[in-house]
Amino acid sequence: MLNAFQEGVVVVVCVNLIAVLGMSVLTGFTRLFSFGNAGFMSIGAYTAAICSVQLRLPFPLAVLCGAAMAGFIAFLLGSLTIRLRGDYFLISCLGFGECVRVLFNYTKGLTGGANGYSGIPYRTTAAVAFFCAVLAFVIAWNFIHSKYGQSLSAIRENEVAAAANGIDVVRCKKMSFVFSAIYAGWAGGLYAHYLRHITPALFNLGKSSELIITTVLGGLGSLTGSVLGTLVVQLLPEFFRGLAEYRMLFYGIAVVLVILVRPAGLYGYREFSITGAVRFVRRLGKGDGQDG
Amino acid sequence: MKILLQQLVIGISIGSIYALIASGYALVYSLLDFSNWAHGEVCMLGAYCCFMAVKVAQFPFWLSCVLGVGGAVAVSLFNERFTYRRIRSNGSPNMFLMIAAMGLSTTYQNLATVIWGGKFKQMPKVFSKSSLNVGGVFIGTTDLLCLALTVIVLVILLLIINKTRFGLHVRAVACAGRTAGILGVRIDRVIALVFMLAGALAGLAGILYGMKYNVYPTMGNVGLKAFIASVIGGLGSVPGAIVGAVLLGLIETVASGYISSGLRDLISFSLLILILLVRPAGLMGVDVQDKA
Repeated sequence: MLNAFQEGVVVVVCVNLIAVLGMSVLTGFTRLFSFGNAGFMSIGAYTAAICSVQLRLPFPLAVLCGAAMAGFIAFLLGSLTIRLRGDYFLISCLGFGECVRVLFNYTKGLTGGANGYSGIPYRTTAAVAFFCAVLAFVIAWNFIHSKYGQSLSAIRENEVAAAANGIDVVRCKKMSFVFSAIYAGWAGGLYAHYLRHITPALFNLGKSSELIITTVLGGLGSLTGSVLGTLVVQLLPEFFRGLAEYRMLFYGIAVVLVILVRPAGLYGYREFSITGAVRFVRRLGKGDGQDG
Repeated sequence: MKILLQQLVIGISIGSIYALIASGYALVYSLLDFSNWAHGEVCMLGAYCCFMAVKVAQFPFWLSCVLGVGGAVAVSLFNERFTYRRIRSNGSPNMFLMIAAMGLSTTYQNLATVIWGGKFKQMPKVFSKSSLNVGGVFIGTTDLLCLALTVIVLVILLLIINKTRFGLHVRAVACAGRTAGILGVRIDRVIALVFMLAGALAGLAGILYGMKYNVYPTMGNVGLKAFIASVIGGLGSVPGAIVGAVLLGLIETVASGYISSGLRDLISFSLLILILLVRPAGLMGVDVQDKA
């Protein structure tokens, strides 16, 4: 149905979409910036890889283990750092992500060090990735529109007022942090079973900032915007394959231009009214119907 | 003991380069409450300007240094005038400044790769590679020069901020921007001047770093270390940034000398998180309200 190149594009878009959705729930709805999500992806990827190669667990279980491990580590880290404010939280996440990368480089016996971990079975086909992405979107959508999601929006708009109204701010923030880490771990597990060979360098600071940039470009506080942002960030470079050298240059310029020209992101974060978003999803749904 | 002393000297000299960059971060942060991620790239471009002047145009070294610093000032001012100021006047949230800075950082890094290639460039050996023998402790001339120059520059910087009329304006805008504006401080001009000052510091740091190591497109990543240093010291505080930078330099060299150079970053990042847990607003920072 799809050739190898198209299949690769679909998988990469879907995997990144899952990670970006996690990021969107965290950053878009609570205004916490995490520069450590590549670290959680890395944890998810390595856990899933080790589970399926050494423990011979079936693929879904291995990915689940990866996501759970990322979530667990995020819970521990979040218990310590979630009370830090603004850029202090950001830098603690950044430090965590770098720690994970250095640690995986160092533990040669378990992870293969800088040479990477290979021999992972190929399981993430386009169909699997697409299914996971849809599932991730539905779960995130329900989470955002649940009581907890409303609390998160309240925290974003005014933390003090939210606390005064009886919302447990720290608990909600920690929950969204764990949520985003689970998504990152999920994406990492899928990615490992697509690449079949993973290295710590895949999940560096550049990856974390790419996730953040995608989220902001798509529009903060808008899941559908995140979908759009992922499509743009992941697909546009494919059209400029020939200009490999200039690709990242154009990417950087594009980020600056979008911020200057459309400060609210591609899909503005102010108009995340449910009716508008539903209309947007319906339009999206029609588009998808033609493709599939 | 002698080895430890030697490590301490090297640590302080690396820390002094971090301090030059970190104080630029702190200055910008104190005015605009955002982390200028493109600051490391300003440093890189300054180093390249100096390198081009001395190697291609064959200017004398002192003139090349002036041109390098001038180039960094121009880039920093360009960022402020054509990106940050526009975003501020858009009325966008503060975090967009940070995202734009990340975009600028990607742009400059890849621009340098496209123009000069990814290869390491060597700065001319102006100062002999010899080292002074002080009671059995060897101190490189470049290290010593770095340290002396940095101390002079930073003392001048602190004098400017604490004693001059311009410094008073900077502190006023940092304290209460709008009020300072009403009282007749020309805010945009102060901000532009601060960006030029930060650019000059970054340019000098870039040249020193290039002399100590090499000049290459990703050398702007040293900006990340400086960012960490300014977080350790407390965001927005120039003396804090200097203390944090020297501390980070010391931790790095002692860790790589005594434990393992592979684990250097792991140790410094873990210490960073620990410091934030004990002092959530850095060593010398005041407790900040939510910046995000």
